[in-house]
Amino acid sequence: MATNEYCANKQECKTTQFWLLLGLGGLIVLSALYAFFTLEHHGHVLTGMNNQVVWGLPHVFAVLLIVAASGVLNIASIGSVFGKSVYKARAPLSGMLALAMLSGGLAVLVLDLGRPDRLIVAMTYYNFKSIFAWNMIFYNGFFAIVGLYLLTLMDRKMNAWSKPVGFVAFLWRLGLTTATGSIFGFIAARSGYNSALMAPMFIVMSFGYGLAVFMVVQSAMYYWNDQLLDVNVRRRMKNLLAVFVGASLYFTIVFHLTNLYFAKQWEYERFILLDGGIYTTTFWVGQIILGGIVPLILLFIPRSGGAGSGKTERICFCFLAPLLVVLGGLAQMYVTIIGGQAFPMPLFPGHEVSSTFYDGVVASYSPSKWEWMLGIGGVGIAFLLTVIAVRVFKFMPHDDFEELKMRRATD
Amino acid sequence: MSESTNTESSRRDFLKAGALVAGVTLGPGVLFYGIAHSRAPEEGASSAKRWGMLIDTTKCGDGCNDCVTACNTENGLSGKTGPQDSQWIRKVDIKDLRSGFVQSLPMMCQHCENPPCVDVCPTGASMKRADGIVLVDRHICIGCRYCMMACPYKARSFVHEPLTDQNPEVPRGKGCVESCTFCVQRVDRDEQPACVEACNTKSHQAMIFGDLKDPESAVAKALKAYDSVEVRADMGLNTGVRYQGI
Repeated sequence: MATNEYCANKQECKTTQFWLLLGLGGLIVLSALYAFFTLEHHGHVLTGMNNQVVWGLPHVFAVLLIVAASGVLNIASIGSVFGKSVYKARAPLSGMLALAMLSGGLAVLVLDLGRPDRLIVAMTYYNFKSIFAWNMIFYNGFFAIVGLYLLTLMDRKMNAWSKPVGFVAFLWRLGLTTATGSIFGFIAARSGYNSALMAPMFIVMSFGYGLAVFMVVQSAMYYWNDQLLDVNVRRRMKNLLAVFVGASLYFTIVFHLTNLYFAKQWEYERFILLDGGIYTTTFWVGQIILGGIVPLILLFIPRSGGAGSGKTERICFCFLAPLLVVLGGLAQMYVTIIGGQAFPMPLFPGHEVSSTFYDGVVASYSPSKWEWMLGIGGVGIAFLLTVIAVRVFKFMPHDDFEELKMRRATD
Repeated sequence: MSESTNTESSRRDFLKAGALVAGVTLGPGVLFYGIAHSRAPEEGASSAKRWGMLIDTTKCGDGCNDCVTACNTENGLSGKTGPQDSQWIRKVDIKDLRSGFVQSLPMMCQHCENPPCVDVCPTGASMKRADGIVLVDRHICIGCRYCMMACPYKARSFVHEPLTDQNPEVPRGKGCVESCTFCVQRVDRDEQPACVEACNTKSHQAMIFGDLKDPESAVAKALKAYDSVEVRADMGLNTGVRYQGI
């Protein structure tokens, strides 16, 4: 009885394992805090960031977490806004994950500021011409709206409100990712950014990253409870993931094809696609192959082999493919954020440029251990919040299979 | 009668004493104002002026670094050129890829009329004064570095470590972004920026600084007389710094 003390669901009471997970998350978060205080004391001189690559690895983790946070809410939106009951059962978990991941991403973003002590300034001084300022409004609003949405989903008395609030949350998350993509899209000076495609591309990618994270967490929860996810639910989600991964690849191709058509962008494309060293490798191996093509193969090949609902298929669908999509997301953010800065700015087109300030050369950047600690710490915060939340609230999806059958019959 | 004379004389004395006190009180102020004849700090910058610069790259000495050294001395920069060190002005060597023509020129904040750094700054710390000088308000810069992402001229630096021995007139600080201020502390005293002064001292005369809105200023006359260009004119930023000879 004592072991059941802290858990909302009796079958989830694996207290030792729970404390171990909590300890793991806690250690990661502590290491991030240690990195933060060290950087706060000594300055960014301890990082690999410099005056050429001003946003480094922490931003890669932060933006990925923020984009995936808005994407993971999509599960709830499909349920509440588009009325799919399979997804409706997963809406609370989706909302909670969105809040946890946004917390992790924002924490990294704030802790990496040059003056994190001035957070209150960032919250009280707004330049409304800045898309960054709009992002802050979107982030804060996201917490409020998704928090309210969760309440309407989890409190029976407020259930009736879940659809309109869910609709607002859906629109808000589209706005948020548009604003996040536009942080890069609005940078006219750099060849790697400056594209209206950035915002919709970030939205499509967020669908993929968010769903992938959701599938991993959901699978872990089912595994934890010794339950098996219904094969039809699983197939539905893996098909959706495949659509999102395919759409992300499509946007990536269009983005680079557009650049290839503009003569002034050739050098940048040559850098990313052919001779950019780590960035070219990360793009092809990380983003395209491991994050796009391999997941697609994993999602479709076992099925064509007739494995049905076998264990291999389960692992491929529920863990491996989504994990690779998230890894591909990390690679995509690295190429977009770091690669976009490493490529020299075209100060004097048609000229060879050199200076003491590293003009005209590819900027060097190698992240220090402090940046890794801070970046992974963001994932740690999201993990810790998730572990606690699924322990104390009922976030385990409960499918009403009778209703599902009926719907399938009428579909 | 004698009473009225007494009253008369005491009134004269009072007026004399009053004039003396007023003179002693106001005199030095008027005198100093006359000497300084620059605007008072509380007066604020005026949009009747727009400070700008014309750089003649044909006069810029190859291998000469005096403008950079002068800037470092004036603003308390270390002069180090590591990837994390601040550089407010730098000499850029450019070579035309087709003709092979080589030039050297100073590059710094171009003090744009439509500065992207000001547009993107979330708190408004990046700001443009009424007289066109683009500055960073050190009190509200949160060190997000978005302005550095947005600046097409790579004109900004981030302070990566704690600073000591600062110039009291040029406050700087760890965790904030900074860039060329046109030596605003000197401009407000009607002096020339340190780089321009150093260039003139060397007799290169490659940099002319002044009020672009004053048709009688040297910079306005030179701009009218010679063809000049903006760097990255395609961005449409209307820079305050223009170049002649490239």
